Amino acid sequence: MSSADYKIKSYCHIRDGKVSKNGEVLFSDSSEEFSAFIKATYKHFETDYSKFFKMDNLSKLAFMGAEVLLRDTDEKNIALILSNRASSLDTDRKHQAAISKQSGAFASPAVFVYTLPNICMGEISIRHELYSENSFFIFAEFKPHLLSDYANDLLETEKANEVLCGWVDYDKGKYDAFLYVIAKKGLLPLDTGELTKLYRTK
Amino acid sequence: MNSVYLSHNNIISAYGFDSAAAVSSIKNEVSGLSLVDDSKILPNPFYSSLIPQGSLSEAFEKLNPKEAYTRLEQILLVSLADTIKKSGIELSDRVGLIVSTTKGNIDVLEDDSPFDEERAYLNELGKKIENFFGFKNEAIVLSNACVSGVLALAVAKRFIHQKRYDHVFVVAGDLVSKFILTGFNSFQALSETPCRPYCKTRAGINIGEVGCSVLVTADNTNLVDESVRIIGEASCNDANHISGPSRTGEGLYRSIVSAMNQAEIEADAIDYISAHGTATNYNDEMEAIAFNRANLQHTPLNSLKGYFGHTLGASGLLETIIGMYSLHSNTLFASLGFQELGVSKPLHIIKKTTAKESSIFLKTASGFGGCNTAAIFQKVNS
Repeated sequence: MSSADYKIKSYCHIRDGKVSKNGEVLFSDSSEEFSAFIKATYKHFETDYSKFFKMDNLSKLAFMGAEVLLRDTDEKNIALILSNRASSLDTDRKHQAAISKQSGAFASPAVFVYTLPNICMGEISIRHELYSENSFFIFAEFKPHLLSDYANDLLETEKANEVLCGWVDYDKGKYDAFLYVIAKKGLLPLDTGELTKLYRTK
Repeated sequence: MNSVYLSHNNIISAYGFDSAAAVSSIKNEVSGLSLVDDSKILPNPFYSSLIPQGSLSEAFEKLNPKEAYTRLEQILLVSLADTIKKSGIELSDRVGLIVSTTKGNIDVLEDDSPFDEERAYLNELGKKIENFFGFKNEAIVLSNACVSGVLALAVAKRFIHQKRYDHVFVVAGDLVSKFILTGFNSFQALSETPCRPYCKTRAGINIGEVGCSVLVTADNTNLVDESVRIIGEASCNDANHISGPSRTGEGLYRSIVSAMNQAEIEADAIDYISAHGTATNYNDEMEAIAFNRANLQHTPLNSLKGYFGHTLGASGLLETIIGMYSLHSNTLFASLGFQELGVSKPLHIIKKTTAKESSIFLKTASGFGGCNTAAIFQKVNS
């Protein structure tokens, strides 16, 4: 199967107090703080998963995006290819603040483990039982052509049947998630122009 | 599918500023670990392998820098400058750059850092390296915990297969910093003695630092004596726990099987395993289970952590480069620090550096977030 045949099966935005799937707003909330907004999102989607409350902000954001796209799927060989600009800096700053106090005595393993951006993919893998490929890239901005190259290779070499791709960034209270599933059948052609347009859609 | 090779390479480490310096010390079973007493990092002395700042500054000045660079940037630039020069490759739009790191310039978050906090953004680190050499393509930064270094090789191969690039330079590094050491210390994962992977007396990890780089290329006319071909690679998640390895070695086992399937080989074709072996109880036990499930319990295996410590985002690339020299010299390097098997399943740990005709090796790594990577390399020149 050549890469030109792959499709965008579904996509999700989480930004500006709204959660949408395939362009349709599923939930909106006027909370100004991310923590309140994402908690309301969790409740709205009736997500019964207590580990959610231990996650850092980046993981909560990625987790809910994956929840919207993957909750009704039976496919288990779904690779994860996520990217962002701020890596895990939101949690890095918390760890740094703790160890700046004195001699590192206040470092907490529950915080330190989230000082890696790929942890959010671990959370998604646990939730959806995905024993699949995971890669986390850092870019100045969303780079659909590179993510598509990488997704195509995993699909062509049959390392994955579908790929959850996208951008999930949390920095200084601002959040922006655009995730999409690439599969053999779907809504839209997999092309950089289409992805750029979808990403920018409010 | 066209073949993809690893070629020109460099290692900046406590041993010296090229791969040969590290390889010759390892051959002689000399550890790069020593006791470091630096209260700015940890209140108590700890074992580590550090790149000497004096030699680093001297090597860096020879590159005629026009602005101030962080310590990590200096390490990566010195390493990559050597690899690019040796390759003779012109940095055209067909040449990619991958930077593998877990924490990059995280030390700029410290109060006394002369650098702006912006420098902690990993894409800024990528941009510094890209601009220094004049790469035409934007740096791709891969930050995937402790599998980053070996996963970066798989990523480079995949971009070459997709015809995005003809050649990719991969550079990897992480610093020994207060950020990292206090974090691992909070997990009570640090050993107070030089680490002993797979040993009954193992007591945790040491963190070390290196910078290393390699040319990944589809061009079989620009290879070196120690070049290898990447014949299979895979990365599978444990889907089990974000900080504890799987009890069944699930993700590592699946990664190995998938990489062997792609390479179209059985377990008995593998001459040597360069394993992760951090010397924590859980990690080494998990690996033993995964290797046994993959029928690799009789294959000679080492961990190189007893030489360098755990070098985080660089470790997978570092250990792959050492593996290239191991194949080329038909020598199995001793798994330093090992005395008596301390895992519940049999493993063939290399106790002494020995000669052995070898052509294929398996490199594995595992990390936080439940990630695992396996890659299989075959010698090009016999």
